[in-house]
Amino acid sequence: MKVSLKWLQEYVDVVLPAADLAGRLTMAGSEVKGIQVTGGWENIVVGQITAINPHPNADRLRLTTIDLGSEQHTVVCGAPNLNCGDKVAFAYINAQLTDPHSGKLFRLKPAKIRGVASDGMACSERELGISDNHEEIMILPDEAPLGMPLADYLGDSIFDLDITPNRPDCLSVIGIARETAALTGQGLHIAEVEYEEAEVSIDRQVSVEIDAPDLCPRYCASLIEGIRLAPSPPWLQQRLISYGIRPINNIVDITNYVMLEYGQPLHAFDYERLRGKKIIVRRADAGEVIVTLDDVERTLSSDMLVIADEERAVAIAGVMGGANSEVAGVTGSILLEAAGFNPASIHHTGDALRLPSEARMRFERGISPELALPALRRATQLIIQLAGGKAAQGLIDVYPGKRERLPIRLTIGMVERLLGVAFNLDRIVGALTSLGFDCEVTASEVRVTPPYWRSDISLAVDLIEEVARTLGYDKIPAAMLSQPLPRHSPEPVLDLKRRVRQSLTGYGFQEVITYSLTSLEKLGKLLPGTGEVRPVPLRMANPMTADQEYLRPNLRPSLLVALEANRRHESGGIKLFELGKVYLPRPNDLPGEPEVLCGILSGPRQERSWLGDSEPVDFFDARGVVEGLLDRLGIDADFKEGSDKGLHPRRQVSIVIAGSNAGIIGEVHSRVVEAFEISEPVYLFEIDLAACLPFTANCKAFQPVPRFPAMVRDIALVVSSGVTHQRVRDIVKSFPLAARVEIFDVYAGEQVPEGKKSLAYRITFQSPTHTLTDEEVNGVQRQILDRLSSELGASLRS
Amino acid sequence: MLQQLEELKLNALQELGSIGSPGELEDWRVRYLGKKSELSMLLRRLAALPLEERKAVGTLANELKAHLEDSRRQKELALQELAASAREEALDITLPGRPVPTGRLHPLTQTLDEICDIFVSMGFQVVEGPEVEWDYYNFEALNIPGEHPARDNMATLWVDFEAENGERPMLLRTHTTSVTARIIEGATPPIRAVEPGKVYRYEASDATHVPMFHQIDGIAVDKGITMADLKGTLYEFARRFFGEDRKVRFRCDYFPFVEPGVEMAIECSVCGGEGCRLCGGSGWIEILGAGMTHPEVLRRGGIDPEVYSSFAFGMGIDRLPMLRYGIDDIRLLYGSDLRFLRQF
Repeated sequence: MKVSLKWLQEYVDVVLPAADLAGRLTMAGSEVKGIQVTGGWENIVVGQITAINPHPNADRLRLTTIDLGSEQHTVVCGAPNLNCGDKVAFAYINAQLTDPHSGKLFRLKPAKIRGVASDGMACSERELGISDNHEEIMILPDEAPLGMPLADYLGDSIFDLDITPNRPDCLSVIGIARETAALTGQGLHIAEVEYEEAEVSIDRQVSVEIDAPDLCPRYCASLIEGIRLAPSPPWLQQRLISYGIRPINNIVDITNYVMLEYGQPLHAFDYERLRGKKIIVRRADAGEVIVTLDDVERTLSSDMLVIADEERAVAIAGVMGGANSEVAGVTGSILLEAAGFNPASIHHTGDALRLPSEARMRFERGISPELALPALRRATQLIIQLAGGKAAQGLIDVYPGKRERLPIRLTIGMVERLLGVAFNLDRIVGALTSLGFDCEVTASEVRVTPPYWRSDISLAVDLIEEVARTLGYDKIPAAMLSQPLPRHSPEPVLDLKRRVRQSLTGYGFQEVITYSLTSLEKLGKLLPGTGEVRPVPLRMANPMTADQEYLRPNLRPSLLVALEANRRHESGGIKLFELGKVYLPRPNDLPGEPEVLCGILSGPRQERSWLGDSEPVDFFDARGVVEGLLDRLGIDADFKEGSDKGLHPRRQVSIVIAGSNAGIIGEVHSRVVEAFEISEPVYLFEIDLAACLPFTANCKAFQPVPRFPAMVRDIALVVSSGVTHQRVRDIVKSFPLAARVEIFDVYAGEQVPEGKKSLAYRITFQSPTHTLTDEEVNGVQRQILDRLSSELGASLRS
Repeated sequence: MLQQLEELKLNALQELGSIGSPGELEDWRVRYLGKKSELSMLLRRLAALPLEERKAVGTLANELKAHLEDSRRQKELALQELAASAREEALDITLPGRPVPTGRLHPLTQTLDEICDIFVSMGFQVVEGPEVEWDYYNFEALNIPGEHPARDNMATLWVDFEAENGERPMLLRTHTTSVTARIIEGATPPIRAVEPGKVYRYEASDATHVPMFHQIDGIAVDKGITMADLKGTLYEFARRFFGEDRKVRFRCDYFPFVEPGVEMAIECSVCGGEGCRLCGGSGWIEILGAGMTHPEVLRRGGIDPEVYSSFAFGMGIDRLPMLRYGIDDIRLLYGSDLRFLRQF
């Protein structure tokens, strides 16, 4: 929303510099995002053309005499639009102007044009930097005082305001004037609107009926006969231009002008074209068609509100007028509408038809229906002044939605309770009164009635904000919460997430955060073969792009994409992890959102250095990270054969915690790696944090430190190559005295028969109750070997 | 003879001083302390001297022998140390060390942790809520009904899910304030909570917009909580996060779920309040929205606004590391580029 400081000054005395006023408005809720200063013109003054003579040497040029009041100048001029008596902007030699062709600033130099000296210039809007118009010389309003510097006459500061959605009243110059008056302690002066009326009453010439009072609480109209359609006077055009609105004709311009001034959208119908001389405000028929002012045919639905005459819709209420009732003739009568509409309905209609407009925006925010009448009277007055004609007697005012505003109760105590500072009654009442609130002070309370334009105020807290922002938020002290601390019961998963992240970075993994939305195509790449993603992940109804259509059910695609992108510039090892939610659809409910850790690694195990190159990472690096992490968290896990389709079928294990699946470790399937355009093996691990949470060290009892010495035995076994470490370990671990089992060598080759391999273990025997003897350990070891032999066919390597 | 000893001492010590290797030292030992050395010879010749002289020369000669032996040992130690240090100097200490794995937390994680820690120290509890949310918690419960203009400012990504009544009630939360709505619902005051997390908007990506970003909301509910407490709490947060000297301001703003509403800004770090491109010439950088929780929002959650009062606030996170490190493109945060992430 723009506001011209000059315009503002018509309603309120601005006693502060523009920047300070902008600061006050900003602090009080209407943020001034910028101030655009127009003008800054030097050596340019208002002049009047007193004579126009032909140029002696050129047909298309003329010699124009310009009177500046105290002096006269003759300039050579080529523009066709000048007449004697016109007021123009006269630039002295040395004035700074905009070059109409290059757009650059230049200083006017003395010049001889076709042999005649020109000591100055009449300027176009383009040369003044006001608009792009360079077709003609800019004509100033007749009332422009001769000789006055143009900067004083036309210069202005335009505030660019960000109006919050609750303040439709501030989408107007008068609205901002009210704020300015209250914030700077100045009075507001809005002139009485008066105009002459004809003898015939409007009621005898047109009738209005509201069929949908729920969508149209009020409909006001005036009838002006005998108007003459013409361009608006320059001052009005100028004002609209400075607001970025293109002048069209005096009637349209006036409705726009009053909308900017009062905040009330208006619409003018060609009275002659209204059939039956009747306005009906009704819901559209389903499929009803109307051609709007922009010449687009629009099909309406039955929840949209239209303004209709006896036969057809003539406007989409509050959104856009119809072409069939547009003011067309050069002379004629117009019916001027000012109404109140239901904001939700306007929003819905505007959205469905994709029609943004200034009017729609104001209605959507809920301007008060009370505004209709004063704005209508103002527009009628201006039309009579600028387009001629005479208003029919009286106005139409159908107001089914009139509501009495009830006073709101406010006490000093309520203000203090919310703001934490005691303002006295005078200041509270003073602040509210300055904003136009009516305050009735009784012994115990103030009964406050908001002014009609404040449709946003309904509760005591609303009034308290008014008090606070008018007196200034800087009057509120800063205090620290003094209440007793609430009971603290942190969510354990938060702590777990922190520990997991810290551990992973310690293992050399870089954390990444990627978008939760992905595509079915990327998810399909994770599944070699079918590529069919089941269950179908959660889809967006209005995705931004095809690439962000589905909520990811796992973190893999983003990490693989990240790996591929980084590989373009990283030759070393890449280790990435993300800890985030995945989204698992549930019927008729919000999805499950488990927190998942996913890590990937590829490339050399260690940074390349002068100390030597290193081998590429392998499955056991991934597994080592998971084991290290779980160990650090104090979680006991088992590892079982995995069956993840996206991983190498024989290089994966699932992580099992307390009997349930908690994640997976593996080499990413070569076809998946290829699908993501990666050309090296990639290893991956995934852990569901929820599955870990109940089993972290925090949840376990402490194990006493062994009091008795341990005894360590190394054994080397020969087994068939199909026998896994896990099976050996499980058997050894089943003996309570075998406290620890570590594998320290795996070997196949010379000295080991074909189809066999050698596994070397270090077993630590320990008893919590006594010091072990050699015989005891020998006995257990024998039993272990017997079971390994009978169950796995293992023999001791000799 | 005494004079001879004196000369011997002088020569021996002088020579010892210039010795630079163990071999030379051994030669020196043979020469001055060996069986055939001058000193040994001299001692052997003592017997031939008269008693008086024998005593005097003998004492002196033995003293000299002990002294030379001592000096030799010292020299030997010195040479050993020299050799050792020579070996150590063979290390080119300018070579880099053996690399250890280094990973880093994402700058957003670091920022969120830091913010949560500050609020936890003020008695707030960290709470998380769902990212896929019902319209009710994201909008309705927060005083933003169906056609409210505030919805336009939060372009929403809707989940393709139709309820039985034909409505589409599931969305990606547009702010973490939805968690505030959940916390208020059914909780018994006192409450102090902060709610960090991801939020989503239907917005095309550019240097300052991404469709997914991070926020943290906060809420305090108790008897007697005032706007002064809100100011104190947020100013304290700003002091700790942005530093002692940064100016902070509260101005009036509008959010449907608070009344009065507040926007908090900090003095621009680049221009120090003078006005520059970063702050759009205002000298201030908006950091968060806040206010006294709207009575309607409390009432919907089952909290009586006549008994309890409450403040709430909400803050975008991504902007904070961007301001702190001068990052000029928000997309870098979500790009997973190691060349970027390794800097934090």
